[in-house]
Amino acid sequence: MANAAAQGAAGTPFPVLIERGKIIEFAAATHSRNPAYRQERAVVPPTFLTTQMFWQEWAGAGANPWPRVELDQRRGMHAEQEYVFHGPPPRAGDTLTARSRIAEIYQKQGRRGGTLTFAVMVTEFTDGSGRLVAEARLTGVETARPADGEAR
Amino acid sequence: MTTPLPPAPPPLVVGPLTRTDFVRYQGASGDMNPLHHDEPFARAAGYAAPLAVGMFNAGLLGTYATDWLGPANVRRFRIRFAEQVWPGDTLTCTGAVVREYEQDGQRLVDVELTATRPAGGVAVLAWATFARPAA
Repeated sequence: MANAAAQGAAGTPFPVLIERGKIIEFAAATHSRNPAYRQERAVVPPTFLTTQMFWQEWAGAGANPWPRVELDQRRGMHAEQEYVFHGPPPRAGDTLTARSRIAEIYQKQGRRGGTLTFAVMVTEFTDGSGRLVAEARLTGVETARPADGEAR
Repeated sequence: MTTPLPPAPPPLVVGPLTRTDFVRYQGASGDMNPLHHDEPFARAAGYAAPLAVGMFNAGLLGTYATDWLGPANVRRFRIRFAEQVWPGDTLTCTGAVVREYEQDGQRLVDVELTATRPAGGVAVLAWATFARPAA
């Protein structure tokens, strides 16, 4: 069962270096051949900021508030993910500072009965001048029963 | 003036997907959940095989959408995960314009994107907003 008290929990800020080689690797892994991802000042693909996971892990446990939600891994799933860019997306060579917080924990009745618990973690990415350049919004869900491996 | 909205490109068809596709994405993304590459772990969790990473499937939609509307123009990319995807599946990525509009002096277009499994089930849905460059 999710820990409702985790709502509002915030992690410590952590650096996110936007690197050209990582962008090329990510683009290739998502079957893109777009030359924009290979330039010197390559722009990031729309879902590239998911690589925050590396930087958050390297920054130490304090940077990631998500485990405090305590979603049951056997019944947990990634429900939604959103990226918002306040202007053109970051480019290779940018150094961002990110900070994650648990924005919401709420419950809904599932269509097949049972209670679904949703948790939302928002990560804000700022540039060197402190300007908010991007936001990531992760929504996880915990079902009332273990996932059965079938389509939901 | 804005440049004319390019028509949606033909579907991006990727597959049959392999475990290698999943592993390569996991290395690129930093998501090391063993459910997506460790066969004994996936079976112990009740799955017949390692399942595809939802964010990999979504990344294919990003590839399709940015080839269409330009990587530097993306302003919002919202993903909803629906059906699970398995090794051997082929995903077909398509998109359609929802609306074109102006906001704060910027021309924008909203599009809906879907990645569909062979039997027709939608694996991933995405709603994206792209800026429309000035002509």
